[in-house]
Amino acid sequence: MHELSICQALVDQLRDLAARESAHRITRVLLRVGPMSGVVPELLEHAFPIAAAGTVADGAAIAIEGAPVRVRCRTCGAETNAEPGSLVCGDCGDFRTDLLTGDELLLVSVELERGP
Amino acid sequence: MCNTCGCNVTDANRHLLDEHADHDHHHHHHDHHHGEPPAAAAGTVAVLKRLLDANDHEAAHNREHFDEYGVLAINLMSSPGSGKTRLLEATIEALGGELRIGVIEGDLETENDAARIRAKGVPAHQITTGTACHLDAHMVHDALHYVPLQGLDVLFIENVGNLVCPASFDLGQHRNVTLLSVTEGDDKPAKYPVMFRAADLMLITKTDLLRVIEEFSPERATDAFRALAQEGPVLALSAKTGVGLQEWLGWLRSEVAAQKARAAAGKAVRPKVQPDGIALHGRGAA
Repeated sequence: MHELSICQALVDQLRDLAARESAHRITRVLLRVGPMSGVVPELLEHAFPIAAAGTVADGAAIAIEGAPVRVRCRTCGAETNAEPGSLVCGDCGDFRTDLLTGDELLLVSVELERGP
Repeated sequence: MCNTCGCNVTDANRHLLDEHADHDHHHHHHDHHHGEPPAAAAGTVAVLKRLLDANDHEAAHNREHFDEYGVLAINLMSSPGSGKTRLLEATIEALGGELRIGVIEGDLETENDAARIRAKGVPAHQITTGTACHLDAHMVHDALHYVPLQGLDVLFIENVGNLVCPASFDLGQHRNVTLLSVTEGDDKPAKYPVMFRAADLMLITKTDLLRVIEEFSPERATDAFRALAQEGPVLALSAKTGVGLQEWLGWLRSEVAAQKARAAAGKAVRPKVQPDGIALHGRGAA
């Protein structure tokens, strides 16, 4: 359950962002979490209100987008979809691939209210 | 740095940035059109920043410390009970006179593991995380106050036994070593891909038990590891009987030598796979 730790890091970022943007309230947070990030989106959703309680992000909605697992083959150059447990090339089957997307753990954007 | 240079913008998320930029622009335009800004203005701010940004910065700081002293830092990860501490004991017994070793131990509770290491005559500091299922860069930084790096060749950081969470947190190590004991089943790399993808070396442990656990096939474990686009080495050993230990010690010696050469040249190295590695730094720039 490291999702709570991650949400606490997120809330720290939100606090800094709100100060920088002179925002008094954060209303919505958009994350991008790939299946290879090692983080479970549902657990993040549950942990976020706990981490955000009493902060500028208290009550903010959290939305989490997924990301496809895609690899590029170093042998044949094909870019194909893959599975977390099998990152082999979908075209030639070679295991020597690079992950293009799928391990994101990003804060994408924040909706906030500025002013008094 | 990363949130200003744009290196975390990928093909998969670039459209988000564009959309949000347009969105923001629209709001500003709207405000301007009506002259006075409203009392409370809602807006969207594009961020595109790693959630563990603060941890990553602390980890980079730790890595600078290690490099400054030419110390090789190894993050040992595995399930609980797969033999991390036993491996360290066997390593210290074999190399104690040759390499100067330090250990940071991570567990939820007890000083037991640090006591086992100290009994071998090596400095060890125990981090007890309470309920946290992983070490993070800040915990390791705090522990470094108790483990003097000066004079060390290698620092082992024995992570909390867990095949999930530790993989998400960079500690500042140079190498990740992931243990897989034969009692756990040879399909573990397929079941826990994030952990095994992060390994610079997979170490199959407790091979003395292979004769009674016929279900475990080192070949199948290696195949599952390779299926994660893993070109890293796979070694097998029994810390109990010593079979295979020399290959592990050879790997360790060569990594220590490589780190010393890098330190002398003012260069640094990171574990092979960092979260968001290639995706965040653009195609062809891996």
